Amino acid sequence: MADAAPSALSHLRICDFTGQLAGAGATRFMAAFGAQVIRIEDPTNQGRWDILRQMGPFKDHQPGIDRSISFNNHNVEKLGITLNLRAASARRALEDLIAVSDVVSENFAAGVMERLGFGYERLRQIRPDIVYISNCGFGHTGPYKQYKTWGPSVQAFSGLTFQSGLPDQPPAGWGYSYMDHTGAYYMAIAIMAALYHREHSGEGQWVDMATTEVAATLNGPALLDYTVNGRPLRRPGMPNSNRDQGLELGYRMVPHGIYPAKGEDRWIAIACAHEFDWHFLCLVLKIPRPIEERFQTVEGRIEHEDELDALIADRTRQYDASSLAIALRERSVRASAVALPEERIDHDANTAAWGLWPEAQHTELGGVRVDGQPVHLSETDWRIERGAACLGEHNDCILGDVLGYDLDRIGAMREEGAL
Amino acid sequence: MSAGPLAGVRVIELASVESSFAGKLMADLGADVILVEPPDQPPADSEGNADADHVPPATLKRWHYHTSKRGVTLEWSLPSGKSLLRQLIGGADVLLERKWRWGLDAKGLGYAVLSRDNPRLIMVSITPFGQNDPRSNETVTDLTILAGGGPVWMNGYDDHSLPPVRGGGNQGYHTACHFAVMSTLVALLARERTGRGQHIDVNMHACANVTTESGSYTWLGMRETVQRQTGRHASVHGTQPTQIRCADGRYVVSGVPPRTAAQFRSVLDWLRELNLAEQFDQTPILELAIEETGGLKLDRVASDESIRAKLGAGREALNFIAERTPAMEFFTGAQRRGFQVSIVYSPEEAFEDPHLKARGFQVEVEHPELGKTFRYPGAPIRFTKTPWQIRRRAPLLGEDNAEVFAELGLTESDLARLRGEGVL
Repeated sequence: MADAAPSALSHLRICDFTGQLAGAGATRFMAAFGAQVIRIEDPTNQGRWDILRQMGPFKDHQPGIDRSISFNNHNVEKLGITLNLRAASARRALEDLIAVSDVVSENFAAGVMERLGFGYERLRQIRPDIVYISNCGFGHTGPYKQYKTWGPSVQAFSGLTFQSGLPDQPPAGWGYSYMDHTGAYYMAIAIMAALYHREHSGEGQWVDMATTEVAATLNGPALLDYTVNGRPLRRPGMPNSNRDQGLELGYRMVPHGIYPAKGEDRWIAIACAHEFDWHFLCLVLKIPRPIEERFQTVEGRIEHEDELDALIADRTRQYDASSLAIALRERSVRASAVALPEERIDHDANTAAWGLWPEAQHTELGGVRVDGQPVHLSETDWRIERGAACLGEHNDCILGDVLGYDLDRIGAMREEGAL
Repeated sequence: MSAGPLAGVRVIELASVESSFAGKLMADLGADVILVEPPDQPPADSEGNADADHVPPATLKRWHYHTSKRGVTLEWSLPSGKSLLRQLIGGADVLLERKWRWGLDAKGLGYAVLSRDNPRLIMVSITPFGQNDPRSNETVTDLTILAGGGPVWMNGYDDHSLPPVRGGGNQGYHTACHFAVMSTLVALLARERTGRGQHIDVNMHACANVTTESGSYTWLGMRETVQRQTGRHASVHGTQPTQIRCADGRYVVSGVPPRTAAQFRSVLDWLRELNLAEQFDQTPILELAIEETGGLKLDRVASDESIRAKLGAGREALNFIAERTPAMEFFTGAQRRGFQVSIVYSPEEAFEDPHLKARGFQVEVEHPELGKTFRYPGAPIRFTKTPWQIRRRAPLLGEDNAEVFAELGLTESDLARLRGEGVL
């Protein structure tokens, strides 16, 4: 399949108003599998609809609306057009585009599409079987529907931030927008599931996605501990998320933590799931025999987990993280060095062999390496070669080839500021 | 109620901790997911204890991750079990597994064989490092996947003598399962046109690697390394705190700072309403910022000191208010003024929040064998025509043996014989 264009979704066209990562990540995935994703941007305020065009990092530290590394990363393989919806001709062009699209996607605040004049009822008039997906923090109903969010605030509201941390410390939270990524994953699931239903029923629909709800489902077992056992996560000693609470394998893994290794800010993650893991850990770390009585049983290790972790940390800090992880894995103990970006991107045989960091060609930036896809499909795999569109880069090609407008008409639109 | 969007899709899921969430996602979206488990499970893994007032973690995990599935037992290392599994897969759309070297391939049921039986089959193999990497036959955990794959490096505290932190809740497994479902849907849509299934290789390590936002693209595009910070994005050069302890001791995150003239006006008005404008030492900078028609030019932050000062003053002003206000009041007050802030809830506090309740996020799930009903987290996605739904609590071990195997033509006496042989 190496030379063929990605074909899995090449029959689908998405009229895409998404931005940032929470929305853009969804259509990014589908574009890699061949869907024709046409991003609509507002020309009048230099990309006002996507803050990432204005925020760095910028290639070579040179700011510019088409130079953002993050915007490029999240929009590879998409096409981009500008439409100034204050102009009648641009609104007409949008209607024409919707009429030949399978999906309209957006992650504006609730109500924005309605105010633009393209709420679901209007979309359905234009294209009766349209799949319309709206993605915002709190959804289109409920007391907070006007509230705005971004990734970190979704994480904070849902409980994800709270449950990432160490005891007697403030929440550590997430050092990145986990919920922008994950909201985008659910948005992609929502679009494709709705398309699958349409294939079988001919019926389109509106999907109202609230990322705070998506995030709240990601705490499932902890929530059941609360609703079933009456045990809240806000309780003394919690959260303690480098430890295991038994909700992964059904019983507590101990020791289970992130321990210091030799060197500045180097760390190793170690998890013992079985009695023999513990014995091999002691062997590899040369923990003196006989093992102290309080650590001899799993119950004892759970009861004295703080002291246990201190003992292990004293040993691990004498070892290089990667070498120690390999030595432990050779004994079947689950272990991994905490990897820096450079290590997992430039010095990781697995990600290299997978082709995880493809180089995309951007019209202004040239070749830039970007996130690839962590799945391979045997018959219709993904491809990422083209960088994000410069603002309005594909105006002529979309208005001409897709909508059939002639050059005069496109020229007139450009002249009146509609593009 | 109408069926979910994946109604009519049959999924065979070979039980594993790595794949269970993918099965749940598809089952709650309407797919007929048949969970295949070995018959010799410890009881806590398979059902709750009606008399216990404390339901153990193994059961909670089972209840959450297997909603809406049907459950069968099958010992497919035995010949008659293997043949039944092959029949089940022969009639399925999707096969979901955590692949091992000693798994289906070693039993003569690799993709080549199964796809000859059923050319429409979409086989989804989840492994820690991809099916061709020998390390995929190692056991991993959520912790080690997230540590090696990038996320852990980015979470933690300004104080780097404290270890980096794993985000809780099995998110390493969840991320792999999200990609498993997304790619299954790609294959289902492709099959509508080609009539053929395919084999999907899901690499958990790679899934974590591409779910780190700036951690990856800052290295890829800039060759710079982000550093963890307390309660906010990891960053190359360090940023101002955004997580603030409020007057009542609870935390909020102050979100995206003001950057338009109207937003600066709004935060200044709020300071004045609270009689805090005099105390806040950067009020004069806010007064300058309300003159910024067209908003701050964020692409000039690096080169323009006055833009940095104004952005900083806006952030500081929100933080200043937060420190002097109870958390819930700050959250709703700032949101009413258009600022993207949030309270830091625990999971159960989010679950009980009036907004999620009003949207019907809490759903009641009946456990008839216990005579009890429990509240579960509800729909992550609101389909208006094909609703998400928990159709049933997780199956008890082998609960649907009779029904599922009857669909393959087995009689009561066949089932009794297979039970006797230890196959079911």
